Amino acid sequence: MSTAPSTPDLVVDGLWKSFGDHVVLKGIHLEVKAGEVVVVFGRSGSGKSTLLRCINFLEEPTAGTIEVAGIRVEGGGHRTRAKRERIRQLRIRAGMVFQDFNLFPHRTALDNVMEGPVTILRRPRRDAERTGRELLEVVGLADKADQFPIQLSGGQQQRIAIARALAMNPKVMLFDEPTSALDPELIGEVLAVMRRLAKELHMTMLVVTHEMGFAREVASSMAFVHEGEIIEQGPPEQVIGDPQRAETRRFLDAVL
Amino acid sequence: MTIHGGGGEHLAPPPMPQRSRRESFELFSARIPFTLKVAAVWGVILVLLGALFAAADFDVAWMRENATFIAKGITWTIIIAVISIALACTLALLGALGRVSNSAIAVGVTGFYTSFFRGTPLIVQLFLLYLALPQIGIALGDPWADLLTLDVLTAGILALGLNYGAYMTEIFRAGIQSVGHGQSEAAEALGMNYVQKMRRVVLPQALRVIIPPTGNEFIAMMKDTALVSFLGASLDQMEIFRRAQLVGRADFRNLEALLIAAVMYWGLTTVFQYFQLRLERRLSKGYVRGTAGVAVAGQRSNAGA
Repeated sequence: MSTAPSTPDLVVDGLWKSFGDHVVLKGIHLEVKAGEVVVVFGRSGSGKSTLLRCINFLEEPTAGTIEVAGIRVEGGGHRTRAKRERIRQLRIRAGMVFQDFNLFPHRTALDNVMEGPVTILRRPRRDAERTGRELLEVVGLADKADQFPIQLSGGQQQRIAIARALAMNPKVMLFDEPTSALDPELIGEVLAVMRRLAKELHMTMLVVTHEMGFAREVASSMAFVHEGEIIEQGPPEQVIGDPQRAETRRFLDAVL
Repeated sequence: MTIHGGGGEHLAPPPMPQRSRRESFELFSARIPFTLKVAAVWGVILVLLGALFAAADFDVAWMRENATFIAKGITWTIIIAVISIALACTLALLGALGRVSNSAIAVGVTGFYTSFFRGTPLIVQLFLLYLALPQIGIALGDPWADLLTLDVLTAGILALGLNYGAYMTEIFRAGIQSVGHGQSEAAEALGMNYVQKMRRVVLPQALRVIIPPTGNEFIAMMKDTALVSFLGASLDQMEIFRRAQLVGRADFRNLEALLIAAVMYWGLTTVFQYFQLRLERRLSKGYVRGTAGVAVAGQRSNAGA
């Protein structure tokens, strides 16, 4: 899957999503270029999590297209076998980190990280184990390889979850409020790993978060979602320093 | 092992001029380990039963003589039960996956299956498989007449497997649904297809919920193998109950024969329960903090005593 450097790793085009009569997303357009970190923020219920979940089709978009690393999938309509396979290909290229980690509790940390490569990519166990241990090193948990998730703190679990997603060698990483379920003193270690991903590994990332400090430091661009629309987007200095919309200003006043 | 014993025995009794007899007894009782007391209760029950047994004037000599003849049925009881439970588990898994799937065919077929086999008595199903199938086979013509004429054991195993499979479909379905939605999403987000998700993520976790009630079903199944005797197996394929009936009737020692059979079923289920406990302990790995498994194991064995 070689893509020309000019095509973005992730394109969301004309994304609409409604649950019954309730319209959550109203024609979202969003691009994330290779190596960019885009932070999506907004009030709870604004649709930012739904946006992320629509990108890898955990929610079926009502309309619109998603493109990840050249895999384009049209939202809406019946999930035929062919469409399911394309969604699967898209998901392989988009690593997902959940708010509540969702590690596999019956597997050790290392097995969690190896699961994707071994089961889905059919990598030999030995190779998968080597990369798995390297990734645990990256998230600073090499010594926890044989622990079960329940034996780890929330922060450690989330770092394992990041390693698990990285193990698939994704083009894009999606973070759905990765620190919201954590005790305050554990947030820093997860953000540190994410910072490292962005700055050292130049990972393409789409992050839904309320951590404005992290956004200011790492984001290439910030998108403010309000009532299902991105009403303001720009570099963090501009969006945080000089927000153009009253809604953005009000939100920032509340969280900063 | 002292979890149950750790009640209030270490509390100093409130200062009181004189202890009532009841209170002294309570204090005395509190000092005895809980398991020992449970064992004592078992002892009393067994002694009582023994006394009744002696009073009832059973033919002990006959029982001793014929126990081995009946015991030879244990192998067949186990064989029938094991093959049937394997069949039942397979059907229950397929049934459960069908129930939770979004295929109309799968939902329809499994719905009919569970409805019929839970809605009719096992003994009726036994006779239907043994007697009605051959008749259908004859009506259908050549290859079917032979295929659908089942011998006693095949019909018995099939009936037990189908019947228990229908009940266990609900157990498996509940187990699958007990696995959090987040687990499914995590598996899908990684890029797993349906089969991978089920095999690697959902079913291994569902198993923890499925195993204990399945153990109960297996125990019930071991005893229901006795129903197969109604089809009348030949001597070399008889399980416990059929053998017990046979010798009991021949010598007019029906009660003695049944008593032997009861003890054998009881022994079998007790042995099995032990293995079930060990399996459950192994499955709790990854769900207990600290040294995985040990804490829960201690509690279980105590509760089971």
